[in-house]
Order: sequence, then C-alpha cells, then structure tokens
Amino acid sequence: MTPRNFLFTATSALAIACAGGAQAETFRLGTNGDLYGLDPHSMTDSFTVSFLNHVYEALVRYDADLKIEPALATSWEQIDETTVRYTLREGIKFHDGQDFSAEDVVASVKRAAHEDSPIRGNIAGLVDAKMVDEMTVDLMLDGPNPLLNNFLTNVLIFDSGWLEEHDALDPIDAQKGEEGYTTSNANGTGPFRFESRTPDAQTVLTVNESWWDEPQHNLTRIELNPINSDATRVAAMLSGELDMIFPSPLQDAKRIESTDGMHVLEAPGLRAIMMGINMSDKSNNPNQDGNPLQKVEVRQALVHAISYDLLRDKIMRGKSRNLGGLVAPQVPGFDEGVDAIPAYDLEKAKQMLADAGYPEGFSLNMNCPNDRYVNDAAICQALAAMFARVGVKADLTAETKAIHFERARANETDMFMLGWATLPMLDGYSVLSAMLHTPGGQMGTWNPGGYSNAEVDRLTQAVATELDAEKRHEMMVEAFRIADEEVAWLPLHAQPLSWAARDAVKIPQTADDKPRLWLARIE
Amino acid sequence: MFAFLIRRIIQAALVMLVVASIAFLMFRFLGDPISNLLPEDATVQDRAEMREKMGLNDPVLVQYGRFIVDAAQGDFGQSYRNNRPVSDLLAERFPATAELVLVAASLALALGIPLGIYTALNPRGWLSQGLQVVSLLGISVPTFVTGILLILVFSVTLGWLPSFGRGTVVDLGWWTTGFLTTSGLKALILPAIMLALFQMTLIMRLVRAEMLEVLRADYIKFAKARGIPSRMLHFKYALKNTLIPVMTIFGLQLGGLIAFAIITETVFQWPGMGFLFIQAVNFTDVPVMAAYLVLVSFIFVVINTLVDLLYNVADPRLRAERTPARGV
Repeated sequence: MTPRNFLFTATSALAIACAGGAQAETFRLGTNGDLYGLDPHSMTDSFTVSFLNHVYEALVRYDADLKIEPALATSWEQIDETTVRYTLREGIKFHDGQDFSAEDVVASVKRAAHEDSPIRGNIAGLVDAKMVDEMTVDLMLDGPNPLLNNFLTNVLIFDSGWLEEHDALDPIDAQKGEEGYTTSNANGTGPFRFESRTPDAQTVLTVNESWWDEPQHNLTRIELNPINSDATRVAAMLSGELDMIFPSPLQDAKRIESTDGMHVLEAPGLRAIMMGINMSDKSNNPNQDGNPLQKVEVRQALVHAISYDLLRDKIMRGKSRNLGGLVAPQVPGFDEGVDAIPAYDLEKAKQMLADAGYPEGFSLNMNCPNDRYVNDAAICQALAAMFARVGVKADLTAETKAIHFERARANETDMFMLGWATLPMLDGYSVLSAMLHTPGGQMGTWNPGGYSNAEVDRLTQAVATELDAEKRHEMMVEAFRIADEEVAWLPLHAQPLSWAARDAVKIPQTADDKPRLWLARIE
Repeated sequence: MFAFLIRRIIQAALVMLVVASIAFLMFRFLGDPISNLLPEDATVQDRAEMREKMGLNDPVLVQYGRFIVDAAQGDFGQSYRNNRPVSDLLAERFPATAELVLVAASLALALGIPLGIYTALNPRGWLSQGLQVVSLLGISVPTFVTGILLILVFSVTLGWLPSFGRGTVVDLGWWTTGFLTTSGLKALILPAIMLALFQMTLIMRLVRAEMLEVLRADYIKFAKARGIPSRMLHFKYALKNTLIPVMTIFGLQLGGLIAFAIITETVFQWPGMGFLFIQAVNFTDVPVMAAYLVLVSFIFVVINTLVDLLYNVADPRLRAERTPARGV
C-alpha cells in the first residue's frame, strides 16, 4: 500500500466510522429462547414468527393497537362470498433486489397451505390462490371467512423466484433428513435484512434502507441474544449488555426498577389462563364415584370458592387481570357482563355443594404444567388450597408441558390448566371453535372435557361464516354468556406481559407479547 | 495390548447399545413431540397425520430398530425443533463444549496439582489450612450457585466480563474458536472457572491425600536417610507415585466435565452440546437427545480406554504382572 493510498483508505475508514457513530443504533434484545429457524412456514412458534416478521412481511399486519392495517396489500374487497381480491402495493423490492408481485403472493400462500406445511391450519379453508394481474391476487375459500385477514397477518411472503432457485417452493419436509435452504437463509421485504445467525447464540439483522414504509424506528441493527436462564438474562440486562429483555421474570421486577436507567414494562396480555373441566360420566380420581363436576351447581359453587383477588395479588404480584369470561378485553367477543366475577363466598359455595348432594365435598384430580405459563404451578397450588376450604379435595399434579398437555388432551384428569391467547386469529371464535364447541372433526380440538351445548354449537357455526361484524359480535357474546353461566371452563386471569428495557428505549408494548422493533426508538 | 484393545472395543459397543436402549425407552416417557410441532389448535386429524408421517405410530421395536440401524451409520435423523440433521447440529456445537472443557480441565490441573503439593508439604501452614477450607466450599456449593455468583460479581457489579454467550468466534471452516478474539477469551473466563472449580478442589484434595500417604512410605524414608535432596525427593520420587491414582480419577472426571458442562452451558447460554441437549429435553426433541447421550457415552468409553492404556504405560508393575498371564 502506497502512503497516499493508505491516507485515502484511512480517511474514508474514519469517515465511515464517524457516520456510523452518529446514527448507528443497535438494538440488543435478550429473549428466553432462540428462533426455531428462519423459515416462517416451518413452525408455529409465535415468537419465531413474530421475530421473522422483521424480515418477512405479510399482506396485512397488526398495528400497535392490534388493529389490521395494510402492508404488502393496499386494499382488499370481497368479490363474492368465497373470494377476496387483494390489490398489492407497487414498487416493493425484496432484499435481494427482486420486484414484489402477485406471483410471490400466490407461491407463498400455496407454500403455507401445502399439505406438508405445519402452518396450514393458519389458512384453513383456502381452496386456491390465483393471480389476476401483476399486482392483483384472488384468494378462493371454501366458505365465507370473516377472519381471513387475521390469519393472513401470519402468512409471511417469500420471493417466488428465490424459492424456486433454491428448490424451496415446497415447505421443508421434516422427514427428508436434509436441511432446507430457507432454514438458514432469508430474503423478505421487511424493515430489516437478515445478516447472520449462530443458533442459540446470536441472530443479527441490519436495517433495510429501501423499505417501502416510512420508518418509525431509528435502528440500524438488531442483535437477538437468546438467554434461556432467567437469572442470567436479568444479569445481562443489569450489566448493560442488553437494551431490552423479554420476558422479564416477575420476581425480578423490583430489582430492575431500582436500577438507574432501566424500567419494567408491564401490562395484562391476551393470554387467558383457565381451568378445563372433565364433564364425562366418570371422575378420574380413584376415590370418587361418578363425576360431581357434571352438575352445573357444583361448578358454580367452585367459582364462589375462588378468591380471584388473592390469586392476582399474592401469586401474580398484582400484575394480572382477573377474568370472568374466557377472553381478554382486547379480543373481539369480549363483553363486560360476561367478564363480571361472582362474589367470593365460602358459605354460599358450601351451601351450593350441599344442595347438589355433596355436603362433605368430593375429590378430584387437578393437573398443571410447571414450565409453560407465568407461575403456573403456584396458581394451581393456591386453587387446590381454596377448594380445600369448601371440602373439595384436589389431588394436584404439576409436570412439564409436553406431558401435561398430552394428559389433558386425553382427558386423564378432572381439571387442567390451559392458557389461550387466541393467536394468530385474535378473535373469540378461536375459543368458541376449539374449546366450547362439542368435540368432533375440526371443532372442539381443545375440549377434552367434553362440554356440549347445542345452542353454543349453533352460534359457533354461525359466527364462523358471518361477515357482518356487529351481528357476529352479538352471537359471540351470547355463546360466551351461556358458557359462563354453565361454567364450561373456569377462567382465572389474563396473564401479565413483562418486558424490561433501558430508559432510552421507546417501544410500544403490544398485548400479543410480540415486540415490534420497527416501532422502537433508541434516544 | 492388541487383545486388550479388542476386548475394550467390544465392551464399548455393548455399553453404547445399552445406553441407546435406555435412552430410547426413557424418551418415550418425556411426552409427545407432536404437541410442540403443531399449533395449539391443530385438529385431531392433523395430529394423526403428523404422527403417521413421523413414524411415531409404528411399534416401539420397529422404531428402536430403525434408530439403531441409522445410528450405526452415523445418521441420527432430523431434529424436530431445528429442522436440521442432528449430526450437523452436534458437529456445530462440539467446538464450544470442547474448548470450554479443555480450558476448565487445564485450569483444574494447573491449579489443583501445585496447590495439592503445597498443602501436602506444608500441612500446618496457615495458607494450607485456608486452602483446605476454601476447597471444602468449592466441593460443597452447587455449581450453578457459583456460576450465578460469578456473574453477579464480575458482570453486574464490576462489569469486567460478559454474563452470557461465547463472544466473537472465528470460523475455521471445520471448527469455531473463541481463542482468537479478545471477546471470545473474555467470555471463556467465567464459565471455565465455574466448570473447573469442583474439579480443581477435588484434584487438590486428592493430590494432598495421596502425597501425604506416599511421603510416609518406606522408600521415601530410605531415600531421605540416604541424603537425597528434598526437592528431588518430593518432585521426582514422591510426585510420580502420587499422580497415578490422580490420573485415573481425572480421566473419569474429564467425561464428567463434558456431562457437567450442561449446567454451565445453561447458566451462561454457552452454545455447546449440553445446551443443545437441555433445549431438546424441553422440546421433546428425541433424535437430538438420543444422539447426545450416545455421543457422550462414546466419549466416556474412549477416555476410559485411553486412561487404562496410559495406566499401563505409567506403572511398570502392571505390565510385569500381566505378561505371564497372557501365555495361559
């Protein structure tokens, strides 16, 4: 290198360094688990998909208030009962420079709906996707579907040419024993480009300067650092190695708040925590004949035996929101009347049990996960203690989620914990169809207890295809009201979201527990 | 020697077959992988199809047979969670664990042996007494507690060292190393100390006990009477005999270090094999768990075989005793 050459290189390096120093804002995010991979069509893990949403985008997206807004599509219209036409946004380029067009949408939607695709449930009912012209796509469904856009927020769009080039037009086949190209490479239209990834260590995104949307953020780089251990994640936050952690353990909130320059963001989220009830003829508890839980009066008595405030204040440290119904306030189908919680009244509960024929109480089996929801096992212990006060003996088993849910599904228990965020649908229909409809076929997949009410079934089926928003809402509320009266499930609370960030970080905390860093600023 | 090796290889194969069977049977009680692979609201039919596709509906023996046949060819299948071949995942994670274990083992040896010798030669010195107390702590405090304490002191309070990860690593193509960058070296310090602490105190106490024993032996007394300088006496004659049992224990412990690295890797988010295993357990990722267990048992077997061989080299008496027996 000649001296002159050197001088030139050195000054330009300096210039680059200065320019970078003035604006470079790296967002270092710490999470409690890593991405499953880079292919948003290969898994349903909601964190993975939400993070990949920084790289890939969908036709529509949720804004910070969880309302649907246009993204890659600018508008849509219902052409007939089963066809929706999407007009695409002009002038968008993928990160590799290819133009975005209808062809990409058709290829991506078909890939997501492919029979080998694990996310095909997210666009159930899709019959076909057709290109009308370069910038228009028709989606054909097997019936009217008021929730199509909600689902589409999670169907991220690939570049068809790029997929074809890398032999990835079909979803990854888990049985092939080969790594799919899309597992470790990414090419989307989103606000950030994929730069590098070391599994379980770090994933790096850099800003996409030519993003189609007006950026709200001022970030130039995102570093995702998975730190599974709660204690280490908090320590890394406290030591200043991270800008934000999510989730932030409830028990460490005080410690973080008391540290200068840091704060905790807390809000009740979408996920409703509830107890499922065995309604079959037989109790699973060996000491119990018949099944007392079959009687509505018994289930109503149990509601009176639960002190919701105590659960919230002692177990959830005041951070959760008590729920009388099965959905959180942000979810369509929520109703204040249904949400009202019956009074905590032990005498009344005992009286109701006696009237129902169980003056001495009864026994039941209770099952809980101990690694799935916030303080899950502790909640169940408290519930068992509360039931004991009215003579109901709950034999509690708390175990790992993989076993818990298997047992719950097989109805091997009398009462089990389940959390339901209604995502990606973000609609009460998710609860109605999966948890309240009589089990069978596509319906009642999470109703192992076997709750069944003809009116609820009828309303659920009507809600599925009703396109009028108002009518739809009324029907949902009516179904939830019936379920509430009959205590089909025992709702407990909306689980709190807990993030922690440096004070310099400004980010809207969205109730779906998905940090949207394209709305984040570092000041 | 050759017969010995053959015998060991057959034994090793048997051990690994047993480990594989236990692993395989055990994982059947860990839960259903399907529940992690499909969305919560997947239909019964979706689940059934997925089970069928993944071969989970076949009889246990068929599944086991398939697993053994594939494993023997080095094919451990595809990770459910990562959508990648298990052998690739393990190969990718091996360097992280190997470097951590290497540094921890060196640390344990480099500090444990001299400290053990010192405490043996000066049994009543105040420093020796102090070291004895500290080493008792090192043995009795659970490692994850020391890990968290180290993070609290050196990362949160002092801000000297990173609390998680491997820092910047250099990719050599077949190996990723943290030895070549400052951040990589800094990241190694705390996890290596955490992992080494127990081994170091163990080695120190072992060396001390053995050395005290040896120093009481007749040949040392005679050598002393003969006027051999104490330096030569301690380090040439006594130390050699001290180190033979230490070597065996250390060989066994080296396998233990790899296995115990699971805890260190979990605390420090160290992207090694142990961490991969813990994640696999949480996800019921059976192919990864099975492969990890088989691999670790393989490492154990190899290390122990090597130790036995070294034992033969280090102790001439073993060779002498075995020679006539071979003819029979």
